[in-house]
Amino acid sequence: MTAMVEISELRKTYQSGFEALKGVSLEIREGEILALLGPNGAGKTTLISAICGISVPSSGTIRVGGYDTITDYRAARKLIGLVPQEINLEPFQKVIDAVRFSRGLFGCKRDDVYVERILRQLSLWDKRDAKIMELSGGMKRRVLIAKALSHEPRVLFLDEPTAGVDVELRRDMWDIVAKLKADGVTIILTTHYIEEAEAIADRIGVINKGELLLVEEKTALMTRMGRKELVVELQEPVESLPEALSGYDLDLIEEGRALRYTYDTSADRTGITKLLSDISATGLVLRDIRTRQSSLEEIFVGLLQENAA
Amino acid sequence: MNFQAVKSIYYFEMARFFRTLLQSFVSPVISTSLYFIVFGTAIGSRIDQIEGVSYGAFIVPGLIMLTVMTQGISNASFGIYFPKFIGTIYEQLSAPVNFLEIVLGYAGAAATKALFIGLVILGTSAFFVDLSIQHPWAMAGFLILTCVSFALFGFIIGIWAKNFEQLQLIPLLVVTPLVFLGGSFYSVSMLPPIWQKITLFNPVVYLVSGFRWSFFGTADVPVGLSLLAIAGFCALCMVVVWIIFRTGWRLRS
Ligand SMILES: Nc1ncnc2c1ncn2[C@@H]1O[C@H](COP(=O)(O)OP(=O)(O)OP(=O)(O)O)[C@@H](O)[C@H]1O
Ligand SMILES: [Mg+2]
Repeated sequence: MTAMVEISELRKTYQSGFEALKGVSLEIREGEILALLGPNGAGKTTLISAICGISVPSSGTIRVGGYDTITDYRAARKLIGLVPQEINLEPFQKVIDAVRFSRGLFGCKRDDVYVERILRQLSLWDKRDAKIMELSGGMKRRVLIAKALSHEPRVLFLDEPTAGVDVELRRDMWDIVAKLKADGVTIILTTHYIEEAEAIADRIGVINKGELLLVEEKTALMTRMGRKELVVELQEPVESLPEALSGYDLDLIEEGRALRYTYDTSADRTGITKLLSDISATGLVLRDIRTRQSSLEEIFVGLLQENAA
Repeated sequence: MNFQAVKSIYYFEMARFFRTLLQSFVSPVISTSLYFIVFGTAIGSRIDQIEGVSYGAFIVPGLIMLTVMTQGISNASFGIYFPKFIGTIYEQLSAPVNFLEIVLGYAGAAATKALFIGLVILGTSAFFVDLSIQHPWAMAGFLILTCVSFALFGFIIGIWAKNFEQLQLIPLLVVTPLVFLGGSFYSVSMLPPIWQKITLFNPVVYLVSGFRWSFFGTADVPVGLSLLAIAGFCALCMVVVWIIFRTGWRLRS
């Protein structure tokens, strides 16, 4: 796959002297969904603003679709749609006018058929003649998306699109993102909901304190970093771990009713077969067995702790 | 050149104007009428003629200039300041447009509105006094140049302003005094000699004088100087706008 966005050695120092990006390099592939995770103030919005032309990088280069965002800004920006983190809309404007305005601003001829399609896709068609101030928060967010899509962008930046959005709308949002991906649009989204990244992203990037800690395939990340747990439920509770099992990384949980074994999925041998036969050798009777994969959230928290250390 | 973008911004700004068309139309009509009642009738009845023109007619060009300048400034400064204030400016900043296109859209719309209001005042005046325009082309030229220059000036103020107070500051503290002291309602020749000299440092004098010349053929300063002054001011604003564009001042962090 070719790179849609190429960022190299990007630094951003704000006028206050604060360095919000400390040399970020990143390639975003055409047609992928990249989720950027990171705590508040990590630099996610700063990174997006620099790519979209809202702020000027202190150093480094950014290319979108092969076009430099400074020297070839017109060509680069025409490819980009941006849904900002804050809901910034003209309160007195009608929904449909807002979308038409954005389209024109990006140099596209008026196209009522296309605008209707977008508004329908976002369930805004019935509200097309409503003033923006008459909409609910979730609808306003959809208007932002409609505006961002008004000029048929090839790259879409979604800065926390699901912050403060109810479960249903969040699902809708994921569907919209999936449809856009099917149309070949490259999508970069930031989120604090790790299950969101887990659900829709192809790759995951983690930013902390202006540095990109990693970018990796979601599945690879989860297997590489993933710890798995095997929980063995016992028929009868036990007071303490039997001597014979002291060689394993075992915890007694649920008031002695279960044993928890933690292992690395990427290790050659997980040791499960031997563990189970050793358990039965001690005479313990098994009631049930379950396994659990550690979530991206745990991986993420672990990474940040490592970074802080 | 992204003409679609210029058109979009221009239409958007004009839409705001048309939404409040009644206000846009009624308020200049009322204020003009008030000026005529107060200055034209009450005071004017005690002043005979100035340079062969009845006082009521004499103040018409000044009145139009006064309104056109303040309207051009307030429309353009508000037009660009408001998106900055509510944050929608992100869209203009991330769009494939350059500063010239943004200026054309905002200042163009502001100049159009000012021109419209100027014409409304001209029309209203015709109800109160007998008007004849000796140099209609020059009149149109002065009027349009003034609309454009002050819209540009307002645009600069809107970019510069960090809050609503600053937005009001320059029009209130600088422009209004200059306009009132700029011979809108009197002829400079009516002043004591020392003030006649001081007044010549007021750029508005040249605009009002030139504009009045296009109506009545008489002027306080040579008309060529007036034209030079307004063209110079327009050019100055353009240069400042261009510098702002080069540096991204107060727009891009
Ligand atoms: N205009 C600015 N001037 C000075 N510092 C800024 C400015 N904008 C952001 N910062 C600082 O830069 C850092 C990164 O901010 P940024 O908005 O990129 O974070 P973020 O990752 O988007 O956080 P969040 O999850 O809260 O949205 C923060 O420490 C912030 O205080
Ligand atoms: Mg942010």
